[in-house]
Amino acid sequence: MALLWLRFALACYFIGLIYAFFALNRTSDLFSRIALHAASLGMVFHFVSLLELFLSGHVVWASVHNGESLLAFFSMTFFMIIYAIYKTTAPGIVVFPTVFFLTFVAAVDEQPVLLTAFVQHKGWLIAHIILIFTGYAALVLSFGASLLYLIQERRLKAKSPSSLISFLPALDVIDQIGYRSLLFGFPFMTFGLITGSIVAMSSYGKVDFADPKILLSILMWLVYMIMVFTRWNSGWRGRRAAVLATIAFIAAVVAWAANYFSAVHRFAAS
Amino acid sequence: MKYQLIGVNHKSAPLEVRERLAIPASRLPDCCRDLTAHPGVEEGMIISTCNRVEIITQTSNGSADLRGFLHEHFHLTGDALDAHLYEFRNKDAVRHLFRVASSLDSMVVGEAQILGQVKEAYATARAVGSARGQLDQLFTRAFAVAKRVRTETAVGSSSVSIASVAVELAKKIFGTLQGKTVFIVGAGKMSELAARHLMAHGCASIFVANRTYNRAIGLAQKFNGQAIKFEDLYNSCDRADIVITSTGAPHAIFRREHGEQFLARRKNRPMFFIDIAVPRDVSPEMAKLDGIFAYDIDDLQQAVTGHVADRHHEAELAEAIITSEVERFEARLHTLDVVPTIVSLQDHLETIRQAEIDRVRGRMGPLTPDQEMAVEALTRGIINKVMHTPITTLKTAARDSEATTVITVVRRLFNLQVEENANTPQAGDGEKSNENTPNKNEVEPADA
Repeated sequence: MALLWLRFALACYFIGLIYAFFALNRTSDLFSRIALHAASLGMVFHFVSLLELFLSGHVVWASVHNGESLLAFFSMTFFMIIYAIYKTTAPGIVVFPTVFFLTFVAAVDEQPVLLTAFVQHKGWLIAHIILIFTGYAALVLSFGASLLYLIQERRLKAKSPSSLISFLPALDVIDQIGYRSLLFGFPFMTFGLITGSIVAMSSYGKVDFADPKILLSILMWLVYMIMVFTRWNSGWRGRRAAVLATIAFIAAVVAWAANYFSAVHRFAAS
Repeated sequence: MKYQLIGVNHKSAPLEVRERLAIPASRLPDCCRDLTAHPGVEEGMIISTCNRVEIITQTSNGSADLRGFLHEHFHLTGDALDAHLYEFRNKDAVRHLFRVASSLDSMVVGEAQILGQVKEAYATARAVGSARGQLDQLFTRAFAVAKRVRTETAVGSSSVSIASVAVELAKKIFGTLQGKTVFIVGAGKMSELAARHLMAHGCASIFVANRTYNRAIGLAQKFNGQAIKFEDLYNSCDRADIVITSTGAPHAIFRREHGEQFLARRKNRPMFFIDIAVPRDVSPEMAKLDGIFAYDIDDLQQAVTGHVADRHHEAELAEAIITSEVERFEARLHTLDVVPTIVSLQDHLETIRQAEIDRVRGRMGPLTPDQEMAVEALTRGIINKVMHTPITTLKTAARDSEATTVITVVRRLFNLQVEENANTPQAGDGEKSNENTPNKNEVEPADA
């Protein structure tokens, strides 16, 4: 059943995806309202799907697909929070495709629950998963905001008349969205890594720093920290911030992909 | 009508070209004098604003070499400029001037400032004596037309001024203007206006720097702001989020290195430069910096194009007014054209009358004063009665295109002299044409 609800959610997110493709050159309010409603409906289905998984009693998020589903849901939640604060659907340009892609992959088929090795540390594992995915979702938003910042900056610099009527929020607002997401996500990411280490420590007795998953996670965290620091210290934004955000984003994706090479963070029961 | 006009505006020439032709107010009187010294030019005046340079002349033969004047005056070589120049004669020149004064040719259609600038330019030309009778008529009419356009159409009412466009741009950068700081560099009308708009939208504080410190103090007081010595400009400018700059400096006063300093001190928070100076105050190099958004006059125009479309309808109404006013003005000038003919016709008949009286006086013997007056009244009455219809016809004809034909016929019928002058009352020096105006008034009673 959970999968069915997720597929309903996917259908709703599809509308968001279409919106994302056309939104940049549109000024129509109607389309963004439709996309917003579709996304809200999708979130309801999505939530039901996740709830069902949770109620099934296992730490089922600890499968790759369910993890992706959870990340998609968190990203949408962030999107909605930002909408509530800033009344803009512009971050959807980046968030909607990401969410659609994640949900799509998750909705392909059901996966067995795999991270059974850590079942004795269930509490820590749940904390680790939620913290890390919240951090990831914040990173997605921050990355999206830096892309929007670049677009808006270009438009203002090019002095095209469209910059006045474009639906993109003001440069400073985009900047705030990005910076706040970044600041918000950082502690989650940090504590997520710490809880992950605790789980690993108690399971294996040590943290293997040579493991690609751990190495890449630390690298990602470092880039994240550099982003926060440069922004706080010298106000880096625009192009430089976008470059850093892209690196952090790529590092995150690679760290995620490293699951398939990691000995300690393997989902497949070995 | 021998009006000739040459110029560049924001549509015909990029800012770089206009910068080269701009004439500072201090040099305008000399420039006007030079203009009237140019061969063929009888009267002349120059309008130089940041969006346009217009040279309006009254010439002796209608084909003075005004391009030559520009080349000479600005020491230009080659024909790089020629592509950007427009040149109008007579009716077209009148139309163009009417459109300029009515703000239909402005970057922001309907803005009120241009009329003031034209009036100022005209006052300058009057003061040095380069604008007299003919231009006087033209400009008096132009001001009246501008007023008519303003009162009869809504072109000016919803005017999207540069100032309000600046506010919108600032909002696109900063979101809200609450608590933002404005820095005015170079106290001028336009920057004051822009600052007023920004303050009305929530900007919190204001700094003013000006070469003349007293003017800075004066302007700062108006806004409850703070005057800054011009020397301290670079040290304090980074405190501002929005800088409105409009100095008369011949070179950019904000260069790349300044921008880098500002951004470093501001921790890269963006800055918005509204550069309404010509030549520009912000160097293009500085405008390229990340975090510096500099809009010059031309850029602001681009930003308003969308808004101008909204007032398309009103602009059409205004254009119709201009067209009818040009016709009226032309007709009035033609009326002046027939004046010499009427005058010489009257002179001619008066000569005949005098000669006839002299001839018969000998036969009649001495006359009493009463009789003398009776003869005078009789002869004069006959002539006036006879003259009435031809003069009325001449004046009516003057308003149509057939004026020339009628004038020629009348002249031939009465064998009137000074054929050359018939259609060109302005020919000769300006003073002479000036004399025609009072003459017309003399004619009027005869007509009545």
